[in-house]
Amino acid sequence: MEASSTVRIPTPLRTLTAGNDEVKAAGATVAAVIDDLEKNYPGIKDRLLDEKGVRRFVNIYVGEEDIRFLEGLKTELKGGEQITIVPAIAGGC
Amino acid sequence: MRSALVRSRKLGSVAEAVGNTPLVRLHHVGRDAPSVEIYAKLEFCNPGGSVKDRAALRMMTEAFKSGQLTSDKILIDSTSGNTGVAYSIFGAALGVRVQLVMPSNVSKPRKDIAAAFGTEILFSDPMEGSDGAIRRVREIVAADPDRYFYPDQYSNPNNPLAHYHGTGKEILDAVGDRITHFVAGLGTSGTIMGTSRRLHEHTHPIRCIAVEPTEALHGLEGLKHLPSSLVPAIHDARAYDETFRVSTEDGWDMADRLAQDEALHVGHSSGANVFAALEIAKRLHAEGRGGCVVTILCDRGDRYFLPMKWEKRYTW
Repeated sequence: MEASSTVRIPTPLRTLTAGNDEVKAAGATVAAVIDDLEKNYPGIKDRLLDEKGVRRFVNIYVGEEDIRFLEGLKTELKGGEQITIVPAIAGGC
Repeated sequence: MRSALVRSRKLGSVAEAVGNTPLVRLHHVGRDAPSVEIYAKLEFCNPGGSVKDRAALRMMTEAFKSGQLTSDKILIDSTSGNTGVAYSIFGAALGVRVQLVMPSNVSKPRKDIAAAFGTEILFSDPMEGSDGAIRRVREIVAADPDRYFYPDQYSNPNNPLAHYHGTGKEILDAVGDRITHFVAGLGTSGTIMGTSRRLHEHTHPIRCIAVEPTEALHGLEGLKHLPSSLVPAIHDARAYDETFRVSTEDGWDMADRLAQDEALHVGHSSGANVFAALEIAKRLHAEGRGGCVVTILCDRGDRYFLPMKWEKRYTW
């Protein structure tokens, strides 16, 4: 059985997850989890990644740690981790 | 320039330094559209460092006049930062206690700036964005309405009016009949609403363009993707003529380019504004129409510096 993680989805992406703020996804690395998310929620991968990796304004955390300070998309998952997608910010001008 | 003379006068309070910001020609960026003039209004020259000084000051001074705000009340609002800095500086200047609710992922420099003026900061869930902060303030005020003055920049007519009486008039004073297009990012929509209304009253037609992010999840801090957001009560799409969508990457790259090519180190929303202004200028140039495009530089880039890599356990 492949490792399964919980992924917290920020408000702007919940249109893709039928309004769910938390979804399950399988994969042994963060990259595999995102591929699994894409299968169930088409379009989400492009919102998070570009050809160079995680888009500059998107932050992905495994537990309390930003994956930029771990192994990036290759960060390994044992299963049971909480992955959080944190938007850069929104506000008013 | 008259504005230079005005800015050198003696002032009774820092609050009087708001407005009359310089308008600067973007010569280097504008080379891609040589028949079109592109100007940027340097709103970071306001004393609180951003365009939001205008709205915050007007909302506060008008509330004092009407009695909604007194020195016994606490001013509370939701903000992603710049309005909070503005409330904080004018709160200190006018003797008003200020509390702000912001998503906890707001950039640290702005939290620190607001706190420096004695402002109390309450955090809302970063996953809920600015809409979560709005909901939190409403709950706090509803629980004890007499204790607070809630300016509510998203609903307060003095937000756009600050731009109607200030930004729009100043632009016409500076460039007069030459202006053909005005471009401004949409967040609360105060800048685009108020300025467009003033410019549309001018004797010759001026096309006003709102800038929004292309996607719901974006990194153009200060801008709102309206289709996926709570639409501000002050927003009325009839006030402007067109919406121009900019990707985060294009906005960020233009912000970098402005620092290097124009010596203007600005935030990402300013980058998005100039990106849109340049695309519109290129369109006009290609059509052989010429023109004069004016846009807004909302704040400086140093408000967004990230912590150093070794400070990796930062909280935004």
